[in-house]
Amino acid sequence: MRVVVDLNRCQAYAQCCYAAPDRFVLQGDEILVYDPAPPDRDRAAVERAVQACPVRAIRVEHGDAPAAAGISA
Amino acid sequence: MRNETIVVAGASLAGLRGAEALRQRGFAGRLILVGDEPYLPYDRPPLSKHVLTGEIAPGATTLPGVRGLDAEWRLGTPVSGLDRAGRALLLADGGRLGFDRLLIATGARARPWPNADEARLSGIHTLRGRDDAAALASGLAARPARVLILGAGFIGCEAASSIRALGLPVTVVDPGPAPLARTLGHVVGSFVAGRMQAAGVDYRPGTRVTHLEGDGAGRVRRARLAGGGAIDADLVVVALGAVRNTDWLAGTGLAANAGGVSCDGACRVLDAAGRPEAAIFAAGDVARWPHPLYGGRPVALEHWGNAVAQGAHAARAMLDGPEAAGAYAELPAFWSSQFGLNIKSLGLTEGADAVAIAQGNPRTGRFLAVYGRAGRTLAAVSVNAGRWLPAYEAPIRAAAPFPPITGGADQPALKPVPPGLPAPRAA
Ligand SMILES: Cc1cc2nc3c(=O)[nH]c(=O)nc-3n(C[C@H](O)[C@H](O)[C@H](O)COP(=O)(O)OP(=O)(O)OC[C@H]3O[C@@H](n4cnc5c(N)ncnc54)[C@H](O)[C@@H]3O)c2cc1C
Ligand code: SF4
Repeated sequence: MRVVVDLNRCQAYAQCCYAAPDRFVLQGDEILVYDPAPPDRDRAAVERAVQACPVRAIRVEHGDAPAAAGISA
Repeated sequence: MRNETIVVAGASLAGLRGAEALRQRGFAGRLILVGDEPYLPYDRPPLSKHVLTGEIAPGATTLPGVRGLDAEWRLGTPVSGLDRAGRALLLADGGRLGFDRLLIATGARARPWPNADEARLSGIHTLRGRDDAAALASGLAARPARVLILGAGFIGCEAASSIRALGLPVTVVDPGPAPLARTLGHVVGSFVAGRMQAAGVDYRPGTRVTHLEGDGAGRVRRARLAGGGAIDADLVVVALGAVRNTDWLAGTGLAANAGGVSCDGACRVLDAAGRPEAAIFAAGDVARWPHPLYGGRPVALEHWGNAVAQGAHAARAMLDGPEAAGAYAELPAFWSSQFGLNIKSLGLTEGADAVAIAQGNPRTGRFLAVYGRAGRTLAAVSVNAGRWLPAYEAPIRAAAPFPPITGGADQPALKPVPPGLPAPRAA
């Protein structure tokens, strides 16, 4: 799974931290630290975080990234 | 457009978001992303922050959006040139890649230490990509006796914060009067300096390193300072800003140099005479364009949000035409986190003649500063006070009278002072 948060948009409401506490943490007053590559078993929790974010700052993509086969180097 | 080929040069944030927007807007032709790094597009902001502290692995930040794109990836493939008349990219491996339209998204690279012999010493790092972050992290894992950071801009300060969090001794050297002064000015920069010092950073403003010296084994050992004196360090991070990746455009007649490739408001690249190329677009850190909010002054940003928005704008201009896309006027915005501070900015401070603390108070560690010029609002910067920032978007967009009144109950009496920004550089 790949996660990115638009930290311009994030307002440090911490709803994601309640929904998926192992993957989203607030440091200090308002620095959001998140796991950009959570394991698949956390899919439901991360999805809850996406839905919970009041400013829709979290984007997630499930499944594996295109494998080397799709990449002609 | 089904039979058309669109090629994206540079497979990172702007290139990926541009490619995605092309597909979302219905482009059904061939889409090829060419990148010199051997990686799918990944996110860079964590590299100077939680990657250096070890909280995130250097290889973990691959961006969402790579999976459903239906694109061909040519990774590990540097672009070496452009055949403008023949509409083809020249690849370093000798290949040619024809296109109907091209999106230039080759971004920027870290400015190296200017003395090439000295820069070759081992233990000297720059920080732009995933490999740089991995190399720096492994250098830090060897517990250097002192880390020296050259440059107190955003990347230098973020690296200093992360490396202090590892418990390593850190010295930051910068010729300016305060950290981040070029962007935030002296007033806000001085507040950040206090936090740096409280975190145990040996911060040396007004100090210039002239030489880096190594030992017999070719490892960096010492930095010599202008006016005498030296700092012993066995790991050096060179954080002297960025150079745009436009070398491969040399000789093409396009308006490109180390400061970026010039575009019009529809992201169309200009030739040396200022005429837009109909088929060649640019977005992200590499692009320089006239920003309508700042009097049409050409600006080139190094902001994550700009790469995302400008990539999408270029895609729209490619498919729907420049008139439909309109002039790209995204309000510049960025964030930075360091020393426990979340710094967020809207607008551009360049040219400001006054700054006022409009909300909060630096003494409490939460405040918002507004920047103005000739009585008009230019920009706002929040420090651990991000929720106050959105209220300033409208006054900045409207260039409202400075200082703007937002009606915030906690707005103190405004006392504008000079912001302590450096004199604008000659263009
Ligand atoms: C360490 C770090 C921390 C940052 N932190 C923040 C932050 O906190 N907030 C914020 O707003 N912004 C931050 N940024 C800035 C943000 O990451 C950039 O604005 C963004 O990456 C720009 O995206 P881009 O796609 O335009 O360029 P880049 O990300 O630079 O991508 C350009 C790509 O093109 C490739 N390329 C270059 N030349 C060639 C060639 N000739 N052939 C093929 N490929 C080529 C490059 O290798 C690279 O992969 C940070 C940047 C760095 C480096
Ligand atoms: S829920 Fe959204 S706004 Fe709140 S901290 Fe998480 S990402 Fe930020």
